This record gives sequence, C-alpha cells and structure tokens, in this order.
Amino acid sequence: MIDSFLSLVIAPFQDYVFMRYALIACLGISLSSAPLGVILIQRRMSLMGEALSHGILPGIAVAYLWGGMWLPGLTFGGIIAGLIVTLLSHTTTRKTILNEDASFSSFYIIALAIGILILSLKGGNMNLLHLLFGNVLAVDSNSLLFIISMTSLTLILLILLYRPLIYDCFDPLFMQSVGLKSIYYNTIFLTLIVCNLVSGCQTLGTLMALGIMMVPAVTARLLSKRLFPIFIISIVLAIVSSYIGLLLSFHFNWPSGPTIILTAGVIYFITIIYSSFKQ
Amino acid sequence: MLEISHLSYSYKDFLALEDVSLKFPFQSLTAIVGPNGAGKSTLLKLISGLLSPTQGTLKWESNLRLAYLPQYSLLDRTFPLTVFDVVAMGFWKKIGILGKLSQEKTVQIYQALECVGLQGFEKRGLSELSGGQFQRLLFARMIIQDADLLLLDEPFASVDETTTKDLLKLIHVWHQQGKSIIAVIHNISLVRKYFPQTLLLARKSIAYGETNLVLTTDGLTQTSLMEL
Repeated sequence: MIDSFLSLVIAPFQDYVFMRYALIACLGISLSSAPLGVILIQRRMSLMGEALSHGILPGIAVAYLWGGMWLPGLTFGGIIAGLIVTLLSHTTTRKTILNEDASFSSFYIIALAIGILILSLKGGNMNLLHLLFGNVLAVDSNSLLFIISMTSLTLILLILLYRPLIYDCFDPLFMQSVGLKSIYYNTIFLTLIVCNLVSGCQTLGTLMALGIMMVPAVTARLLSKRLFPIFIISIVLAIVSSYIGLLLSFHFNWPSGPTIILTAGVIYFITIIYSSFKQ
Repeated sequence: MLEISHLSYSYKDFLALEDVSLKFPFQSLTAIVGPNGAGKSTLLKLISGLLSPTQGTLKWESNLRLAYLPQYSLLDRTFPLTVFDVVAMGFWKKIGILGKLSQEKTVQIYQALECVGLQGFEKRGLSELSGGQFQRLLFARMIIQDADLLLLDEPFASVDETTTKDLLKLIHVWHQQGKSIIAVIHNISLVRKYFPQTLLLARKSIAYGETNLVLTTDGLTQTSLMEL
C-alpha cells in the first residue's frame, strides 16, 4: 500500500530526469513568483500582471523563432515587448480620455494576438501550444541554471527593496511626499515580473506563468493578515501546487501548466469556502 | 514661509486650480474650505510637491520640512501591516532602504503612539483598527516625521467625534510648538472654532485671511455658486 503510494508520488521524479528538472524549475519559479504575486495584489496591480503576461508574448515569439528555447533571449524579447506595451498604454492614457485599465486591456490583447499569429505562422501549432501552456519535457540544464539565477536575483532584490516596495504599496502619496522616486522601484519590480514570467514559460507556459504568481498569493492573502506569513504561505502553496500538478500531469498525461494552476485553483476554492465559513 | 503666485493646475482638460496667489506665514494654522472639486486637495498636493504646477510658482523657505497626510479613504485599511510598521514609515527619510531602526527610534515610535492614544496597539494589524484609530495612527506617523509644515487632507472626514477632538488638540499642540498647519476641512463649525486662518477656495481663491472675516455668508454663497 505504502509502496504503491510512494511509487505514485516519488518514482516519477526518481525514474525520469525531465521530471526532476521540471520539479526543480517549478520550485525555483514558486520561490520567487509567489512573493512577487503578493506584492502585485497588494499594489492592486493584478491587471497589470495580466497585461504584462500577455503583452510580452510578441517579444518572446520573435526571440523564440530567432534563437529557439534560449531563456536569456526570451527574457530580452519579453522585456522589450513589455516595455513597448507599457509605454503605449501610458501614452494613450495620458493623451486620450481612456483610463489606464481600458488602454492596458486593449493593448495587451492586441499584443497577445500578434504573438499568437507570429508563432502559428512561423513556429507551428506544437510550438505555439508549448509556449502558451508549457511542456515539462522542455526544461534542460541550461534553462534550469537560468531559472535558478532568476530566482536568486529576484529574492535578493525583494529583500533589498522590501521597505520601499511595501511602503509604496500601502501609501504611495505619502512615499512620494517624502521623496521616494517610485518609478525606479516600479520599473525594477515590473522587470522582475517579466523575468519570472519568462522563467515559467517552459513548465507553465507564458499564459499560465502568471497563475503561479497570482493564485497562491491570493489564497495566502485569505489565510493571514500579516505580510510575512502571507509571503511564506504563498511560497508553500505554490510549491505544493507545482508538485501535485506535475504528478497529475505525468500520470494522466495532461499539459503541465494548466494542471499546476488548476491544483492551485482547487486549493484556492477550498480556502474561499473555509474562510467564508470562518467568518 | 510659503509663497504661492499665480498658481494654476489642470488635469488633462479639467482646470482644477486657477491663478491662486497667497502667502502662508510662519506658524499659521489655516483651514482650506470649499465645495467638492474646488481644488483643495490639488492645492495641498502642489504644495507638498506631489504635483507640479501647470502655471505659476511656489516658493518655500529653504530647509522647510514638509509632512503630508493623504486622505485616509485612499488607503487600504486591510493592508497586512502592523500599527508599528506604519508609524515606522515616518522614519523613511532617516533610515532609507536598509537603515536599521535603532533602539532610540523604536522608543520614539512608542511615544508617538502614546501621544495619539494608541499605546499598546503596536502589534495590531490595520484591519483591527476602527476608522478613528486608523486616523490616529496616521497622526502618529506625522509626529515621527517631525516636520515644520503639516499638510492635512480632510483629516476628520468620517472620523468619530472623540478622535476629532483629540486630534484637534494635537494640532493645537503642534501649532504652539511653532509648526505651521494647512488642513482641508469640511466641517465649517470646526473651522470657526479651531482655525484662526481660512482660505476659501472655489478653483480660484475667493477669500483668505482671518476665519471670521473669510467665512461670511457672502463668501460662502459665492463658493456654492462655483461653476465647475
């Protein structure tokens, strides 16, 4: 009984290198994406996250066709595309009567369409599916190195910039009045978001990578009223979802990205029910 | 101390402030009164440097330390921070990104909390505070900032009576310590009672000076007829 259980939950990672790689990749992504997601929702920038995750696709697509699944290249492409979408939306908001979320929504959906078109014309449908929704087989040791570097960089920067980022989330006007140049921190923060979205594009896919940022963070927010526990809970939930999701995707041959996010989604639903009963 | 000349500000096509010129002297205690959309918050934001004027200039005394209190309705009162964390924000200019909160500063935080009647609250989360307690907390943060000119945007909007009285006392103490205060206030009777100077604003400066001279029926009618 125990043996067969172990063979279900551990053996896939023992027997297959690609599963081990995928698991390590997911652990890395969870460690850095979940805290980023916590800050994202506290800044009330969930929509911005959404916009970025779609908006970076044309850049990723072009970089992918150019150099294949080379993560530093994809990151560069993603950052360029993200910058263009952000700049266009900001300019549109300033120059027209449209407000921020309206201009953002339209630009990111246009960017998504461009990205999908580029990939399906040049890359073929299989590549498109993998890039959008993830493919566990795709992680190699080079991309693992990239993911771990990104995770470390993200965590170090988050620790260093914790104070201004959190203060600015809570009371941006106050921080501006005491001389905080929030644009610098915002830029670093959004760049980290893009880097982490790209980190997740192999195992989770660009569309689903945002999920590992948002869903565990939102769930953790329901479970605690203090920032530090929220960070820890979000990371733990992201890791648990990744692990269970990878197992399910292995045993049932489901695409890994949606499976991981749905696992996080199930935990989220249970938490909603739990917290509404508690009140 | 603060001189404003021909100050105008517009948001996109909307003119919020038009040609405002006035001087706030040292150690003044001024209320800004006016209808909704009169540009009161905009004026405070211009003074505190959150906005740059579309036209006109502001001249400060050099080395003037400003503290700005945002409308608390703009803040997320469920934000997962503790009372202590929020008061500590007042030290941002001194400790910056990585500076340590010394023992001495921690003591100052406790003292500030005591001043606003929140002793023993330091470990509470924001979501456990009432509206009045939340506003007291923001006042404690201003104590830590130790500024010369305090800019308060609607400090008593949706705050209970006891809190309003306590915080008015605190403002009075600040005034006596030689600080200058400019506050946007909706409640006219509070203004009459506690604020020696008043600026009546309706996109333009309608009247400015001693409160009993400014808050005349004539002036108030004029502001209520403001075309927006």
